Amino acid sequence: MTETFYDVMRRQGITRRSFLKFCSLTAASLGLAPAFAPKIAHAMETKPRIPVLWLHGLECTCCSESFIRSGHPLAKDVILSMLSLDYDDTIMAAAGHNAEAIVTEIVEKYKGNYILAVEGNPPLAEDGMYCIIGGKPFVEQLKYAAESCKAIISWGSCASWGCVQAAKPNPTRATPVHKVPGLANKPIIKVPGCPPIAEVMTAVVAYLLTFEKLPTLDRQGRPQMFYSQRIHDKCYRRPHFDAGQFVEHWDDEAARQGHCLYKMGCKGPTTYNACSTVRWNEGVSFPIQSGHGCIGCSEDGFWDKGSFYERLTDINQFGIEANADAVGGTAAALVGAGIAAHAGLTALNRAKQPGAEKQ
Amino acid sequence: MTELTSAASTAPIYVYEKPVRLWHSLNALLIVVLSVTGYLIADPLASLKGEASEHFLMGYIRFVHFSAGYLIAIALLFRLYWAYAGNEHARQIFLPPLLKAHFWQGVFHEVLWYLFLVKEPRKYIGHNPLAILAMHFVFVWGVLFMIVTGFALYGEGAGQGSWQHTLFSSWVLPLFGSSQSLHSWHHLFMWLIICFVLVHIYVALREDKLSRQSMLSTIVTGWRTFKDVRPVDDESGA
Repeated sequence: MTETFYDVMRRQGITRRSFLKFCSLTAASLGLAPAFAPKIAHAMETKPRIPVLWLHGLECTCCSESFIRSGHPLAKDVILSMLSLDYDDTIMAAAGHNAEAIVTEIVEKYKGNYILAVEGNPPLAEDGMYCIIGGKPFVEQLKYAAESCKAIISWGSCASWGCVQAAKPNPTRATPVHKVPGLANKPIIKVPGCPPIAEVMTAVVAYLLTFEKLPTLDRQGRPQMFYSQRIHDKCYRRPHFDAGQFVEHWDDEAARQGHCLYKMGCKGPTTYNACSTVRWNEGVSFPIQSGHGCIGCSEDGFWDKGSFYERLTDINQFGIEANADAVGGTAAALVGAGIAAHAGLTALNRAKQPGAEKQ
Repeated sequence: MTELTSAASTAPIYVYEKPVRLWHSLNALLIVVLSVTGYLIADPLASLKGEASEHFLMGYIRFVHFSAGYLIAIALLFRLYWAYAGNEHARQIFLPPLLKAHFWQGVFHEVLWYLFLVKEPRKYIGHNPLAILAMHFVFVWGVLFMIVTGFALYGEGAGQGSWQHTLFSSWVLPLFGSSQSLHSWHHLFMWLIICFVLVHIYVALREDKLSRQSMLSTIVTGWRTFKDVRPVDDESGA
């Protein structure tokens, strides 16, 4: 198959003008100079289309839902149709054995050249029986497809960290892709978020195609261009945080004024994502702009970090749920009580042994 | 031990040099400042009215916290140098003689003393062994933990490419899994240090009254005086 992206787009009835607009917008969203737009266009015109296998494990399909709503009109028309040419069980036309046959076909035809995109994760308990695809545990399909892929994209928090199905007590042993034992050692790009931002997803695919290499990743394997700063660092409500202006109740004046949601448990200060810059639904808004704090959905284990509406994390190890202040305050009070008791005993002891110090 | 046994008199001995005493009082001040501002960062004061441009309260609180954090880090670095350059007592809390049986006997005796099971404590020119243990493992390592996690948190704001991020955040964040966990640990260790401070002040006051050597005046002057003439129990060279 030597069809290029551009060929596919033209076949889909997309004009060259729209195609070039897509290229420059992609360059902009990747943080590249305007000079890169023609390079992206050139890559899309000349390079053979990289096939993408899009597998689904334990997930809710919110990544796919987000992806097909990519703000750029061409993203949904073009990238989606190209991906669906190969394999994505949610949106492809084929079904049943025919669909499953495509996986084998891609793996054998494009050995070492296709991208494996994984949405969701495999449960490992009971030999993977909690997620069956085409009669086989998903973990086997994943390992098989990973064996000869070029790189793996872990879509969303499920594939990247585990997300809700891996939250305590994780009865099915749902395991993020990079921790699956026996998985082929391939480069993994984590694109966390529940779901990830649509434009981030399409941009990662566009980057892979244009430069034929992985985007720069941080230590945790996320593309730096989208995950190098916290929501808080670029939040438009940040001036209210610095000023000390906080929403204290959902219906107070500060909430109406759009003050900082820090006290309402906003996880913006601890969450690495691009929501405050790229935003959602074609840049319309993002959770904080809508008046609700960030829940930290792109962070590892965010379901196990206690309430979405508390600033301090609950610490479950102490039997009852408690936060750092409750634990620390109790410890300090106990130490204080211990000191008082010890001081009392000391005084009592001294009273009983007059002259002891003069020995 | 033999050379120290010669101190078997009530004659004062100069123990804590000026940099050590200065470090002590600076730490006391900085721990109060860091705990108060740190608490207010996690749990801010009541919301301010008016325009955001009229206020910078959180900004100032965080500025004080970060500045104090820098100071306590620089002070610890200097103090580590002084542990090398200063007298033998200057390295006592950094290098506890954990392999010496006599040290552990001393710890045991001190525990018995606090449990009211022995009539009198031993006599020390420097810190008693239990104090060395607590200061080394709770205070020195506790403050070091706060400095490392603190700079890692600071590096998150300073951003990738900053030296704080390169030296601290880049490896500390993956170690703790997430920024939120890191925040929680930083917060919990504040309470650990507060607990240390409570016990530290209590035993200092108590030892001043009941032990066989001076405490509170030594904090200020550096000179240790003794209440009896019997030999001291310090580890040799410690």
